[in-house]
Formats: sequence, C-alpha cells, structure tokens
Amino acid sequence: MPKAQVTFEDIGVTVTVPAGTRLIEVSEKIGAGLTYGCREGECGTCMMKIVSGAEHLAQPSVLEDKVLKENYAGVKNRLACQAQVIGGHVVVRPG
Amino acid sequence: MSRRGAVHPGEPVALASGVHWVGALDPELRQFDIILRTANGTSYNAYAVRGSDGVAVIDTVKAEFAADFFARLWAVCKPSEISAIVLNHLEPDHTGALPELLRAAPQAKLYLSFPALKMLKGLVKESLDENRIVPVDEDTRVDLGGRSLRFLHTPYLHWPDTQCTWVEEDGLLFSGDVFGCHFCDARLFNDHVGDFRFSFDYYYQHIMRPFREHVLTALDLIEPLPVRLIAPAHGPILRDMPASYVRRYRQLAAPLLTNEAGEREKTLLVFYISAYGNTARMAEAVRDGAECVEGVRVSLYDLAGGDPAPFVDLIEEADGLVFGSPTINGDAVKPVWDLLSSLTLVKVKGKFGAAFGSYGWSGEAVGLVEDRLRGLKLRVPRPGVKVKLIPTDEELQQCVALGRELAEHLVGRSSPRHIDFTAPGALTV
Repeated sequence: MPKAQVTFEDIGVTVTVPAGTRLIEVSEKIGAGLTYGCREGECGTCMMKIVSGAEHLAQPSVLEDKVLKENYAGVKNRLACQAQVIGGHVVVRPG
Repeated sequence: MSRRGAVHPGEPVALASGVHWVGALDPELRQFDIILRTANGTSYNAYAVRGSDGVAVIDTVKAEFAADFFARLWAVCKPSEISAIVLNHLEPDHTGALPELLRAAPQAKLYLSFPALKMLKGLVKESLDENRIVPVDEDTRVDLGGRSLRFLHTPYLHWPDTQCTWVEEDGLLFSGDVFGCHFCDARLFNDHVGDFRFSFDYYYQHIMRPFREHVLTALDLIEPLPVRLIAPAHGPILRDMPASYVRRYRQLAAPLLTNEAGEREKTLLVFYISAYGNTARMAEAVRDGAECVEGVRVSLYDLAGGDPAPFVDLIEEADGLVFGSPTINGDAVKPVWDLLSSLTLVKVKGKFGAAFGSYGWSGEAVGLVEDRLRGLKLRVPRPGVKVKLIPTDEELQQCVALGRELAEHLVGRSSPRHIDFTAPGALTV
C-alpha cells in the first residue's frame, strides 16, 4: 500500500497514512488544531498553512480554488477538508 | 404628543447634504437573534448616498419593515437613480428588503465582500444576473459623481462577510454592526437620544467579544481615518464625538482581567466538580502533574463554588483548559455544561484542552466533554482519563501524566509522537 506522512506541527504529531487520505480524516483523531465548519469545502473554516511538502498534495479542485480565493488565501494555504496527501511528507499547521 | 426631533413615519433623515437615513424602527423588540435582550427595541439602519451620477443604498432592513424602508427611500430618490447597492453585512435583519430592491432597481450593481458571495445565494433565491454582482476589496472605489465609496475589509465583525463603507469626501463611516447597538430612539442621533452606553457595551460583549482579534485589526484600519460621523446598522447614529466610540471599542477589546502570569508563563485552568471526591482527587493529580512543568501557572477550580461568568473571563486569557466531570445518567453534569455552553462569548479556538472524570457505570462524560472542546475548536492532543469509581494510585498517576503532558504542550516541550494509521480500518474507527 502506498503511504504518506503528515506532520501536524501545532501538536508535534506525525502520522503515517495510506496515500490518498484527506487530512480531515486524521487531524481530528489526533486532536490537531485544524478546525472544521461545513466539512464540504464551502465555508473556508479549515484553511491551513502548508509548511512544507505542498507538492505531495493533490491539486486543488475548482471548488477549493474558488473558496480559497473568496477567503483571501495565500499561496501556501489549502483546505484541510479537501486536501488529499498522495505521498511523501507534508507538514501543516492551522492558519 | 410628538417628541421633539423624533423621526416621523415615511420621513428620511439627513445626515449630510445628499446623505439620508432610510431605515426602520422596531421599538417593540425584546429579544434579538435569540441570544440578545433589549430593553427598548432596535433600529435597522439603512442609508442613501447621492452623487451627481447616481445614488448608493447602503444596507436594507428586516423583511417585516420593508415598507418603512421603501417609503423613506423613495422620498429621497427614484428607483431609476440607484446605481449601487452596498451590503456591509448579509444577515437577514439587513437584507430583508434586498430582493424587492433588486427588482425595483434592475440597473443597480450590488457591491459586497468576497466572503459574502456564497451567502448571497442563500438569501436571494431567485436568479440574479451575475454581471450585477461586484465583489469588492480595499482597492475598489465606486464613483457616484463627486462622492465615492471605498471599503474596509473588516471580516468577522461579526460574520465572515462584514465590511465597512467609507465616504472619504464627507468623513462618513458606514460601519455595519460595528459600533452598533440595540437601542431604539426615534431621535436617531447620539447627541439627542437617551443614555445608550449600557446597550453599546452589552452589544460589544455579546456580538463582538468572541472576535476580539478581528476587532483590533479593524480598529487599526479605522482609527487613522478622519471620521466625522459613524453610521452603524443598529442604534444611534454617532455624529457627536464619533472618535470616542472608536476609543471605547479599543477599551472593550482589552482583556477584562490583567493576566498575572509572567510574560513567558503559560496558564492552565483545571475545572472540576465531584460527587464523592473521586473526580476531585483526579483534578488534584492533574494539577500536580501540570505543576511539574516549569513555566506553567496552574489553577484549580471547583465548579460547585462559582458561577460561569467570572470563569469565562479567566478562560479568555488562559492557554489551556481541563475539565473534570463525573458521569451521571450517561452525561457530564450540568455545571460543566453551563460553563462549556458559555464559552461562545469568548475566543477559545486554538487553546489546548483535555478532560477527565470518575464514573460508576458507563463513563460517557469524558468523551462528551472532549467532543465539546473539539467543537469549540480547541486542540485536544491527548486522550482524557476516565476512572471507574475510586481512582487507584496507578490511575492517579495517569492523571498526573495527563496534566504534565498538556502543560508540556503549552510550553512547546511536548515529545514528538508518531502514529501509524495504515493498519486496515485504522481511519474508519
């Protein structure tokens, strides 16, 4: 099974997950500070900052791109409810 | 008998040459949005700003008051003259007359913030020509001819969509809910109405306080402006000493309690309630564990001895929160819920949290409190401790470890952990 690693910097926890996992599937289980609203990519509440490894996330969908723009997101921001890790090692934090 | 200076039905009120209040009064209202009480109603303030090339309407009113709004609006302009409709905030008490206004003035463009776009669809159910919708930011300028509108990006005051509109030529700030209050007085202006200081502060405490950081950012934008008049969306229009209300917001946005912790010290509050002393012993063990960590100031509170309000003030300034509750009838106990349900008044997002408690049968309280803490957007990095009835020495040591590990998180000295979720079913539990 292809695997990936994600470090949630705010609580110092690194998880190994199957490639293709969305961050929402794991961040709440470990008590990370990423917070969710609609959980469907509409509200922008779960915007997070990619500290490193952005290339290991699947490209944002049209919907995610639109919501990021509406929420004045920077280039390092993604939505945790949408972002899918596809391999390698990604480091994230709230924000 | 008519009160001197009171506005009459259907009568617009001039704020400046070509600028009018066209809102509505709701003196009978006693409860607003479920969460707020008002002793003398509220007003839904809307405004019309005329330039040589067109008229801008800034906000509307609650749907039930649309007739009052249109009577005043059509007294100052024709529908065909409206070139701009500005929405500083899309909550229904300011957009109730919007669908009718859009139909009455089909040539008018709609100016609103980017986050407001997705709310608009929920409000205007009929199809709306997308060419009429103009999302704005701080670089946008809407020229009305001799007057122009600019926009201050002031999100989360108190919704994601909120913004202020600034008319530089006249020094007019149309502030939306900021600097507003639920106080209805037909004399409208702050130098004519009754004493509304309590209402102004009460509104801040219940509407703006949870967004204190955003208030401070907005004040940084507003304070340098040469404001001659503040026209909020509720309550008196602030034409006499408007800067004093901006200063009052700066005071209100300061912490209510002076944080007595040292500059680099973190604060951890342990709240508990105990029926037979078991959860109390666990609380003391959590405190003892946290106190082992240098740089953390720990406080222990028995919820049986206090009301939620002062605890809420303490929590606003704290870095970490731990709640201890027994389980009674499958739930955490009411004093714990009373405090947890009061925390929407302050910002707790990002604080560290944990739970513990003794139980006799099934022990749901700890998990339920943890879920609530996550719902309040706290970080809950460590599973809580639940103990069947009387804690053993070993179980008390688990509480010590809970306190110590949470305190280590507060000071950034937690040990890195690694968790493997690749086992079959690990992510589905």
